[in-house]
Amino acid sequence: MSLFSFLKRDTDKHKILSSGQVVPDSSRCVQCGICSYNCPIGIDVRTYAWRGEPVINSQCLTCGECVARCPRGVLRFEKTEIFAKAAE
Amino acid sequence: MKYVMIGFGVAGVAAIEAIRSVDKTGEVILVGDDPHGFYSRPGLAYYLTGELHDKALYPRTSDDFRRMKFSVVRGQVTKILRENQTLEIKDRPLLSYDRLLIAVGAQAIRLKVPGADLEGVLKLDHMEDAKRILKHARRGQTAVVSGGGITALELVEGLIARGMKVHYLLRGDRYWSNVLDEQESKIVEHSLQKEGVKLHYHSELVEVTGRNGQVTGVRLQDDKILKCDMVAYAIGIRPRVDLAKQAGLEIDRGILVNEYLQTNDPNIYAAGDVAQVYDPSTGTSIIDSLWTPARQQGYAAGLNMAGKKTKYTKSVPFNVTRLAGLTTTIIGTVGRGKDEDLLGIARGDSETWRQLPDAIVAQSGFEVNNLRLVVGEKTLLGAIIMGDQKLSFPLEKIVTGNMDISSMRESLLTPNANVGDIVADFWTKNQTVAGHA
Repeated sequence: MSLFSFLKRDTDKHKILSSGQVVPDSSRCVQCGICSYNCPIGIDVRTYAWRGEPVINSQCLTCGECVARCPRGVLRFEKTEIFAKAAE
Repeated sequence: MKYVMIGFGVAGVAAIEAIRSVDKTGEVILVGDDPHGFYSRPGLAYYLTGELHDKALYPRTSDDFRRMKFSVVRGQVTKILRENQTLEIKDRPLLSYDRLLIAVGAQAIRLKVPGADLEGVLKLDHMEDAKRILKHARRGQTAVVSGGGITALELVEGLIARGMKVHYLLRGDRYWSNVLDEQESKIVEHSLQKEGVKLHYHSELVEVTGRNGQVTGVRLQDDKILKCDMVAYAIGIRPRVDLAKQAGLEIDRGILVNEYLQTNDPNIYAAGDVAQVYDPSTGTSIIDSLWTPARQQGYAAGLNMAGKKTKYTKSVPFNVTRLAGLTTTIIGTVGRGKDEDLLGIARGDSETWRQLPDAIVAQSGFEVNNLRLVVGEKTLLGAIIMGDQKLSFPLEKIVTGNMDISSMRESLLTPNANVGDIVADFWTKNQTVAGHA
């Protein structure tokens, strides 16, 4: 793999992450708290899931820990138009 | 107006939220005897496996509760005096109400065999039970698990994660036979075996043996003895209807309520695992022991209590759970009949799942990933997605939204059809259409 394609892979990943936000499907959530427990910067993701609101928090790294750890598939990434433009 | 809720579960908390959305000034009181207050009961499974600390299971801080403006009375309600609209609470003064919500949940059915009262014989009902299990679970020791449904596997998984050797007793020839089909049961059983669980089919626990109050083993119906240090069981739950029964409210398996969550006493409501809710679409009254219906019922009850008349519309019940490490989504009607390992309903369960009519099944499976669809005339009646969860979200929407599947029905029913690809294709096309609409 060339250095360029290696770096491109990384840039692409960051572009995708920065253009997305974490969105809950609250009907799947049982408020166990694994999401909040695993958030590296301590965002209370669980409360967003209770309210059924996207995790709109300027601190969110969209690192995907909460999405990956949720045992019930409550959380997913969704593209946001605002961030997508900024990431261009 | 004075509102009183009995029970610290999600139905009670949701009811308070609903009341406060309508009535900002009325007095709201929550009465309960669980010393741990409001926590995520389904989350206990992850506490047992060690994925979570117990302190992480509480969704609300005391500040959150303060903002909701209600007071808490810790105590056990012993009687509902309907004629005076008053509650009798153990060691507390009488408490009056204008509107009452009974949301006391369900409790584990106790094992009734000789030796069941020994110290190491444990159930998983609440936080205290989970703590007791962890206190007893010792690395390298042996446990016997008996029962069925999701809770039995939560026990098995938790004890394996704590380094115990686990024997799992099944009365029949497969796991959860009235929700899963044979192939799905086999997938779960195979995964359990891979984790080192020893499965015993056609095995019924008839006695727990002990010495000096401690468990030493179990005796099976064929007199076979399994040595063990601990017994954990999950043989079903029973709605806690005693208070309602004594107060003369109408009950069947649970407290009977209409679509407004109202009992036969217009000032008393019930919601959650204790409620058997009338569903006008089928004309039957159903118990769900699931978090989301409990929350929705509690919320609807709260609105009605505060005078905002709101029908509770039962949604298609679904649950996402882990069975032997395999994430599994269960939606709609998928099975029928009885499961020998359970007496009645279990936790994380819905009676609707077992109302399967004669319908056609489309299925694709590959080792641990399995997809089963129950195909109706124009809609999908149910689905089980095991392992790979890519189709969990689309299928939830297709089943719960009663989407017209005519365009894919024929291909779904073609022999050896790749069911997953067909559904994915259907979903993509529908999303595109919706996007252009």
